[in-house]
Amino acid sequence: MFTRRHLLQTAGASAAFAATGSLSEFAHAASAAADLTPGVPTGVSSYVTMGTLPGKKPLIQLSDRPPNYESPLEYFRTPITPNDQFFVRYHLADIPEVKAEGYKISVGGDGANGPVEITLDDLKKMPAVEVAAVNQCSGNRRGLSTPHVQGVEWGYGAMGCAKWKGAKLKDVLDKAGIKKETIEIGMNGADGPAVPDTPDFIKSIPLWKAVEDTTIIAYEMNGAPLPHFNGFPARVIVPGWTGTYWIKHITNINALTKPQGGFWMNPAYRIPVGKFPIRDRFITQENATSTPITEIVVNSLITSHREGAKVKPGKVTISGLAWDGGYGIRAVQVSTDGGKTWSDAKLGQDLGRFAFRPWSFEIAAKKGKNSVMVNATNVIGQSQTAALIFNPAGYHNNVIQNLTLNA
Amino acid sequence: MRAFAFIFAAALIALPAAASAEEQTIKLKPGPGLDKVEANCQACHSLAYIPMNSPFLNAAGWDATVKKMINAFKAPIDAADANAIAAYLGKNYGS
Repeated sequence: MFTRRHLLQTAGASAAFAATGSLSEFAHAASAAADLTPGVPTGVSSYVTMGTLPGKKPLIQLSDRPPNYESPLEYFRTPITPNDQFFVRYHLADIPEVKAEGYKISVGGDGANGPVEITLDDLKKMPAVEVAAVNQCSGNRRGLSTPHVQGVEWGYGAMGCAKWKGAKLKDVLDKAGIKKETIEIGMNGADGPAVPDTPDFIKSIPLWKAVEDTTIIAYEMNGAPLPHFNGFPARVIVPGWTGTYWIKHITNINALTKPQGGFWMNPAYRIPVGKFPIRDRFITQENATSTPITEIVVNSLITSHREGAKVKPGKVTISGLAWDGGYGIRAVQVSTDGGKTWSDAKLGQDLGRFAFRPWSFEIAAKKGKNSVMVNATNVIGQSQTAALIFNPAGYHNNVIQNLTLNA
Repeated sequence: MRAFAFIFAAALIALPAAASAEEQTIKLKPGPGLDKVEANCQACHSLAYIPMNSPFLNAAGWDATVKKMINAFKAPIDAADANAIAAYLGKNYGS
């Protein structure tokens, strides 16, 4: 556990301070290099530490401004990620603390019959929906791309699964009334850029996705108000789709009769056309070469052990999580012979098709190095990729993991 | 929502109350151009983005990155500073 190691490191630093009287030894926060996912650019380990945001447990602090903090592997040992262990991701550095009192969402746009304002109380009076869903950053595992690509160099931890409770976006849109010409729903949150001309983080989703019963404006996360850094007072939840659409501190919702423009729709958050096994298409935003990222690709992660972990020869239980874009996990298979043969892992609690699905598998560890590969398959038969599907933004990395255990 | 005013000092000092309780201390490598990096880049983001995105970009890659900051993100960096920043990054954080 990183907490114990960090304590030890802190103790070591204290000892060094006592021995040398050097304050500089003591002033440095302990490196979090050992918490990083193996394979991220080496530059990350040169500076990274754990950082503790208000109301949060220590997270891997990739950048403090804007705040980009990922969860260490140990936080993924339960299918629900506690709020104080949930990753934090912002694009822009001006992040106001939005108060519940006076908070309102403006609903309008050229596809709305008329503008309306929705307060937090209004949201809570609407029929509530609760959905367990994985929120995964589009660029999760970007740091593992080969060759490396630019951006926030996430390892495994830019994801989490929570029970989100809120009002249906459809019900909110109905308050304004949507014209039949509406094609997309545009969304903006209270966070903004540090300099005025930087493009504000404005996103849209197709109308069909916006009116699904599980697309909600959430004011509760795991039974509690959303943490500030996860979007208080309310954020949009788009189950199955990557985090880029899950607008935090939502303040503006616009019914649009023309495609949403802006940097964050194009060229940002796009994947090459035809490269990924994607079902959900965002047709009003597609062009000949690129299309917006949509649903999460099927994926899995071993969370019981880190790369190179020491185990005793004999029976060892490996466990982890599997997830996809909302079809649901049908099977998780494990190979201990380099992919020649595969066996079904035992699936754990099913919290719904959008949630993390826990799994476990017992291996017989032999003395020396043991390879453990994991491949998840979803209900529509999609499995993880053996070789990276390279793309310039480092999205959709679901390469089959191959972990080494040392017995 | 947009920031209402661009006040450089305010952007650096008057972080919202909920900003990180543990501000990062990023010590970049010394060298010509470091002053321009510190004066420009951290108006919008932590200097952590520099070592984080290293050492895999070559000099041309860093130059393109600086241009992206100016053209796509509208960073108000003048041409002389932009050249100095790109040269510093290519030399100190390039592949």
